[in-house]
Amino acid sequence: MSNSAPTAHESGGAPQFDVAVIGAGVVGCALARAFTLAGARVAVLEKAADVLDGASKANSAILHTGFDAPEGSLELACIREGYALYHDIRERLGLPLVRAGAMVLAWNEDEVAGLPALMAQAMANGVTDIHPLTGDEVLLLEPALSPAVRAGFRVPGEHLIDPWSAAHGYLMQALVNGATLMRQAEVLSGHRVGGLWHLETVAGPVRAGLVINAAGLWGDEVDRRLTGQSWFTIKPRKGQFVVFDKTAAALAGHILLPVPTKITKGIVVCRTAFGNLLVGPTAEEQDDRDHATVERETLQALIRRGCEILPALAGHEVTAVYAGLRPATEEKHYRIRRDLAEDYICVGGIRSTGLSGALGIAAHVLRLSGQGGAPLADPLWPVMPNISVEGPRDWQCPGHGGILCHCELVTRREVAAAMEGPMAVGSLAGLKRRTRVTMGRCQGFYCSAELARVTEGRLAQPMLEPGHD
Amino acid sequence: MTDPEVIVVGAGPAGLAAATALARAGRRVLVLERETEAGGIPRHCGHYPFGMREFHRLLRGPDYAARLRDAALAAGVAIRTRTTVTALLPGGRVEVTDDNGHATLAAGAVLLATGVRETSRAARLIGGEKPGGVMPTAALQGIVYLNHQRPFARPVILGSELVAFSALLTCRHAGIRPVAMVEPGPRITARSPAIWLARLMGVPVHLRSDIAAIHGRARVESVTLTTPGGPLELAADGVIVTGGFRPDAALLRGSHLEVDTASGGPVIDAWGRLSDPAYFAAGNLLRGVETAGWCWNEGRRIARAILAALEGGLPPREGARLHLAHPALRLALPQVVAPAAGAPHDRLQIRLAAPARGRLRLMQDGRELVSAPLDSLPERRLSLPLPPAGTGDLTLTISEAP
Repeated sequence: MSNSAPTAHESGGAPQFDVAVIGAGVVGCALARAFTLAGARVAVLEKAADVLDGASKANSAILHTGFDAPEGSLELACIREGYALYHDIRERLGLPLVRAGAMVLAWNEDEVAGLPALMAQAMANGVTDIHPLTGDEVLLLEPALSPAVRAGFRVPGEHLIDPWSAAHGYLMQALVNGATLMRQAEVLSGHRVGGLWHLETVAGPVRAGLVINAAGLWGDEVDRRLTGQSWFTIKPRKGQFVVFDKTAAALAGHILLPVPTKITKGIVVCRTAFGNLLVGPTAEEQDDRDHATVERETLQALIRRGCEILPALAGHEVTAVYAGLRPATEEKHYRIRRDLAEDYICVGGIRSTGLSGALGIAAHVLRLSGQGGAPLADPLWPVMPNISVEGPRDWQCPGHGGILCHCELVTRREVAAAMEGPMAVGSLAGLKRRTRVTMGRCQGFYCSAELARVTEGRLAQPMLEPGHD
Repeated sequence: MTDPEVIVVGAGPAGLAAATALARAGRRVLVLERETEAGGIPRHCGHYPFGMREFHRLLRGPDYAARLRDAALAAGVAIRTRTTVTALLPGGRVEVTDDNGHATLAAGAVLLATGVRETSRAARLIGGEKPGGVMPTAALQGIVYLNHQRPFARPVILGSELVAFSALLTCRHAGIRPVAMVEPGPRITARSPAIWLARLMGVPVHLRSDIAAIHGRARVESVTLTTPGGPLELAADGVIVTGGFRPDAALLRGSHLEVDTASGGPVIDAWGRLSDPAYFAAGNLLRGVETAGWCWNEGRRIARAILAALEGGLPPREGARLHLAHPALRLALPQVVAPAAGAPHDRLQIRLAAPARGRLRLMQDGRELVSAPLDSLPERRLSLPLPPAGTGDLTLTISEAP
């Protein structure tokens, strides 16, 4: 199950699989899990040094109910199914769920006027446990909110999750049940020979019966490399976020949503599964798929907006800032299509609901593929280490070797564990996502040196790479 | 150790100095240190000058840290390293975790000496991407002096406080050649000899400039500066984000203890006591930032107050609250002022947020208690004597020069 020794049998020097999933984002991880549990031999081909390195590395970490998804859409169906599946499997995989609930808040007359239609849409989408709220009722539930709030409604089923452990858990279950992860394995080209895909990757040739394109921000490019054309174009949409200190998390119990526009869900204020407070995202169209930059003016504007919503936020320190890219396309809906003749399924345009929809998307694609003759009778269920505020952390258990990252209370044992196993980390960013090292207040002031020491020679993409004069 | 009389959180200069003084006075002292070794920040400042005040000789940071630790151990202080305090509870009980798991410890007095950290790249809202090779001075020093690794070859240094020159020295030690030093203010913040070090090393200094954005995906490739002459692209493979020290007060913020929003550290009285009088604080947790020697001295003085407290000899913790009434004032402490002959804080410590000229004035009920002329940059050591004050709130302000 390591990068170099795939478990599937060799065929003409190339490892051969039933299914090759291109891209180890949250959707690719969920696909790997679904097909592995359905009995397929699966390879996951990831371009980067570690998993979740593209669109999935940065999102708002909310498990959506789909209350505001387009009525009757595939996206809605996938979110609803994904939401239910997450609830079904999360305890067995050790994945957290922070039952925050959301409030959609109206701040002016126009937004108040928009609430009934949103509530009707929620009902139509099957999210029926919503409650309308007056401004006073909103403030009773969220006393730190600005009294300027006019009205709103509550969506109790919207929750916070750990965006990385979820995807790691899906992939890990695939891996311990026989799937293969190949990193630094960008797919360069592919063609079909006698009913078998021959893929050329940076890590060598791979053969597969079915190829699933879950390449996210590069979905259209992979489409072209495999089929010579693409039926959609990725239009990256950047979102910038500001993460406030853990002391700010007490200011908001609910996920505070604005009334959405046609373009975006708007700027959300919510806690995170790690106990911080998040403000974001922006929605900015750009062409670049690799580089998501933060801009000081935009971050300042996000902070101002956050302080308008929660005035007491003004006294709190910023812990982190980040930017992510959503793989939007020229159309709003998911771009999922099976090419029967070619044994090729494209899973594209999963713009901003990939985290909520991933398990549902995977179930949908599995049905679409017609595969799944002999599901695993008794699959293994790996339990992911808890790094969220829900449930005990490693530092509370003896034998942890002491704390390495003081701000996030990450233990030496946790860091050592992340560097082992079938999904051993490939980069510092990957280590952060698995353990939260350096993600806290000091952003590496105290722990960088020890981290550089313990990771030396252990990461495919080293933490330190001394330059040359 | 069974039942320490005093728990000290943090084994830097302030914590070790206090622990040593308390142990020499016959008290059972337990020091809790989360790092693998005692000594604090000087442990990874592999350069001079440390130790003149304490040991009457010129030492490098690690040697100085070792002497502080040895003195504490010789005095009978128990030091537990790799032990993290996770919560401060009322009455001097602290929750800790170490390899053995989670436990609660208690003592008659708890001294908090958890020190400072630099303001992160994120908190400064520097734009661009998040490549590897962007780090605070402390991380650079740990990587260079403790690990003997070299994280980059041609970094940009942001900031010009004293610590920025510590970063320069660290670079020189490791054969790293900084390509620029960038300071948002109009002048170098540290005192003048420091700028000669930059000149000596051939590092261009950009004043009234800032890092607008950092570029590169895996590694830093370049930075964009804003300068008086317009934007400037600099090729660089790292960024050292220096200074902007703030108290490492995470434990305080999660506790019942009162925090001063101005300093970011605890609210103390002249005896160094917190809002729960079982707790004391000393060293840079009080304020960013002072020298190791200053913190060491402060620790020794607070030890005397702790001894008096253990003997029941401290007056009740009450007094006039101090308020800051000018935007150029960043912090002043102690924040609770009472007549306190022989108290460790016999002067107001003051820091500016911006350069200011005029007169520094301490007022009560519209009356000036004490004043002094002022012409200073941020981060410079300023103080006023603490006069016997009445019960009304005190206001510190600046009358600006015309």
